[in-house]
Amino acid sequence: MNRGVSVAARPVTVTVDGQAVEVPEGSTVREACAKAGVEIPTLCFLENLTPVNVCRVCVVELEGSRALVPSCSRKVEGGMVIHTDTPRVRTSRKMVLELLASSVDLSAAGPEVAEWLAAYGAEPERYGRRAPARTARPDLGEAATVAQPPKVDNALYVRDYSRCILCYKCVEACGEDAQFTFAIAVAGRGFDAHISTEFDVPLPDSACVYCGNCVGVCPTGALMFKSEFDLRQAGAWDPARQTVTPTICPYCGVGCTLELHVQDNRIVKVTSPLDHTVSHGHLCVKGRFGFEFVQDRDPGG
Amino acid sequence: MTEHEPNRVPEATPREMAAVDAVVGPELNGAAPAAAARRMRVQLQRPYRRDLLLPALLALQQAEGWISPGGLAYLAQRLALPLAEAYGVASFYGLLALEPEPPTVLHVCDDVACQTAGAMELCQTLERVLGPAGSAPESSEVGWHRSPCLGRCAEGPAVYVQRLGAAGGGARWDAAQTAEEWLQAVATGMAVTSAVPIRRRPGLPQPLTGRIGRIPPDSLDAYRRHGGYQALRRALALGREGVLREIAAARLVGRGGAGFPTAAKWEAVAKSPEPVRYLVVNADESEPGTFKDRALLEGDPFAIVEGATIAAWVIGAHRVYVFVRGEYPEARRSLEAAIAQARAHGYLGATIMDEPYPLEIEVRSGAGAYICGEETALFNAIEGKRGEPRNKPPFPTVHGLFGKPTVVNNVETIANVPVVLNLGAAAYRDLGSAGGSGTRLFCVSGQVMAPGLVEVPIGTPLKEVVAIAGGLRPGRELRAVLLGGAAGTFVGPEAWDMALDPEVVRARGATLGSGVVVVFDDTADLGAIVRRIARFFREESCGQCVPCRLGTVRQLELVERLEAGRPLGSLEQERALHRDLVQVMRDASICGLGQTAANAVASALALGLVGEGSRGQ
Ligand SMILES: Cc1cc2nc3c(=O)[nH]c(=O)nc-3n(C[C@H](O)[C@H](O)[C@H](O)COP(=O)(O)O)c2cc1C
Ligand code: SF4
Ligand code: SF4
Ligand code: SF4
Ligand code: FES
Ligand code: FES
Repeated sequence: MNRGVSVAARPVTVTVDGQAVEVPEGSTVREACAKAGVEIPTLCFLENLTPVNVCRVCVVELEGSRALVPSCSRKVEGGMVIHTDTPRVRTSRKMVLELLASSVDLSAAGPEVAEWLAAYGAEPERYGRRAPARTARPDLGEAATVAQPPKVDNALYVRDYSRCILCYKCVEACGEDAQFTFAIAVAGRGFDAHISTEFDVPLPDSACVYCGNCVGVCPTGALMFKSEFDLRQAGAWDPARQTVTPTICPYCGVGCTLELHVQDNRIVKVTSPLDHTVSHGHLCVKGRFGFEFVQDRDPGG
Repeated sequence: MTEHEPNRVPEATPREMAAVDAVVGPELNGAAPAAAARRMRVQLQRPYRRDLLLPALLALQQAEGWISPGGLAYLAQRLALPLAEAYGVASFYGLLALEPEPPTVLHVCDDVACQTAGAMELCQTLERVLGPAGSAPESSEVGWHRSPCLGRCAEGPAVYVQRLGAAGGGARWDAAQTAEEWLQAVATGMAVTSAVPIRRRPGLPQPLTGRIGRIPPDSLDAYRRHGGYQALRRALALGREGVLREIAAARLVGRGGAGFPTAAKWEAVAKSPEPVRYLVVNADESEPGTFKDRALLEGDPFAIVEGATIAAWVIGAHRVYVFVRGEYPEARRSLEAAIAQARAHGYLGATIMDEPYPLEIEVRSGAGAYICGEETALFNAIEGKRGEPRNKPPFPTVHGLFGKPTVVNNVETIANVPVVLNLGAAAYRDLGSAGGSGTRLFCVSGQVMAPGLVEVPIGTPLKEVVAIAGGLRPGRELRAVLLGGAAGTFVGPEAWDMALDPEVVRARGATLGSGVVVVFDDTADLGAIVRRIARFFREESCGQCVPCRLGTVRQLELVERLEAGRPLGSLEQERALHRDLVQVMRDASICGLGQTAANAVASALALGLVGEGSRGQ
């Protein structure tokens, strides 16, 4: 896992949009761009996870390379000449965003996603009417989507895969990058690829220990606290009325930082900052969902 | 919530346990209750053998007809693998069923070449007799699925048969029988199979196909009598550097599609500071329209063993993996027989001929996924992971199979290695043309009189290659040729005289790819062919990256709209949409599948092969 670059690394000079920048050897192109003050959109990248470079929204043009390269994972080499705002880059980003928006419900994704869709001029409507449900064969003129009913099979969090962009973050968080539980994996192939437990068994039958780390990393709201899901269903979810209070988890001696999101005097979700030296944003069931016990809700199924 | 017990582990049947144990090794039995403790210890001591996952899944499939929850749980436990992950791998492959299937399952090719050979009629017949594809209840005797190209394009319509408790195999549709008779023959293993027809023109040099069909493929003696193992002797005399120089001077380039210089790859690995290296022979051959590697493996397997021996020795690899497409059990058997004989003669094992050099060749089977022919996806498949390509760099010569420096070569490339050494670099170069040395195998299928494998010097005109395969049917006119497979391009009649030389072809925006030449005359339903290609990519995308996973879906929708004469907006809007899809797939996809998935459709649109409106509405 890439937890930052050691200070002893030799410096490497690259050019980003005409500007020379120096970064430590082993840095990624994205980090070099950041150093040059160029922000790159990312969807499948997260500081505390191994890059899987699958969403391709972060691509940039690298002189001498036939195809565009994913800036989130490509390591810098001395003398690289990088362009982040060429017509090719803009077309690819626009298309990636457009393809996702035409097939996935992005309405609960972070506000930056809507900003990128607008900034790159994505036109998700041009693929036709959205198919109301995921099927192998949508009607002629309909655009296939991943629309499907949310999976509500436990009291703590909901899996609404009609919002899933298949960024692999949850799988990584559940597996080698944090939790080592491996309750979920990518199953199927192509458009039918999806996140699944073995044979799609409900979570209570799987290896899941409800650490909620997958919920913590999900960028689109496909994985959502049941408390948030219920409020949204009731039309009562309102981030404007929420406060975020940092605190230290009271359950054990590790001392993970918690951020309690409170709406109307109730804790509605718990997050943890990514840059926390102990937890790197990952928690266990007690820190993540312990508030459910605090608030006397039925923790069982 | 629900009434099921949490974390209930389903039971495996004795047959499933035996199938898994046969691959993974038996579990140590001791008297209970010490057995459980011992088992834990054994498991911890056992080297990590995740690479046995795919072989064991194939064994489960054959033993039980599907991958049951119990069988998978047992296998996952034996390999100390999380169950969800094992499921993720199993669900990646087309030949592994995750629901019970009838004892006999037919995979019926409805791909580009077979469509011109009556595949649609065969599918209609099966629909009538067996019901719609994929619908058979477990209780029926025979089920069927539509399949992409099965590498039997000159023998179409092609069928691959999976049988409960037995190895699978190809079956040839026999129009002389009734459907019922034929199905009976298939279910009992009595259906006719066939070998790739080799089409020859007297006088042409045929260093690659000369022995096929003329000597028994299972006889090392016969192989030696016909020039076999002289190249290895020559290689050992030349030394590693000498062989590298010959291969470089011969300008041998890969025949797997990308056309990469072979010597450059070999040299990179030969000079690696890492002591453990691998050679992987890519026999996954799944590019629609391709059947050349199958012909070589079935018809002249010792040539592949000899070529691989030379390559492995030069690069310093002591283990070779040959990854054979799952639908090629006959090729696998033929190759394994050759390996066993070579080993018995001291040509493999502890020595290669007189040279003390430990070398083993291991054969692995695919399980039905085109993408596993991509070299890094192939590594993942062997390693027991989902066959998803890796991002490059790092390249295989640095970080390949099991993270070690690896050379990947196509079967035909490997077959060329002894040829180069036997002829010498200069004579080998002279066989070809300015754009490429040696001969090439072309898989000619579609609407020609005598489809089959054609070996010609590089640079032979398209027209002549087709003529060797019998030419067009009398009275018919050429409409289009699909060159290079689904990942290739359509060319029109104006390309008839084009030399099949990589440089010439590239200059025209086409590619020789894996040597596919599918010929369509003026009776072909090209719209249906283009639709099949678009569907192929939608179904064979690994699904990892957005441009390809979703771009291939949108491309198929677009082709279907144009075919139905119902564009969204104007035709120009549809064309603009396709141009955007071409660009994002080519520029931003992770691997060659996505990067080429729009080429054939783009060329078909340009040639006016799709839909009514494209003829100028
Ligand atoms: C989607 C895809 C499928 C491929 N399938 C095959 C294949 O079946 N056989 C093969 O030899 N190469 C295949 N390749 C090319 C391999 O990645 C690799 O380039 C080749 O095996 C190298 O061997 P060569 O240098 O001898 O040609 C495929 C590539 C892609 C992108
Ligand atoms: S809650 Fe934790 S254990 Fe359960 S699926 Fe998510 S990451 Fe894995
Ligand atoms: S559920 Fe969320 S985190 Fe997991 S792959 Fe989908 S979008 Fe990514
Ligand atoms: S281009 Fe297609 S096949 Fe290749 S990695 Fe991406 S999704 Fe998979
Ligand atoms: S953020 Fe780089 S590929 Fe997704
Ligand atoms: S086997 Fe049918 S097209 Fe190749």
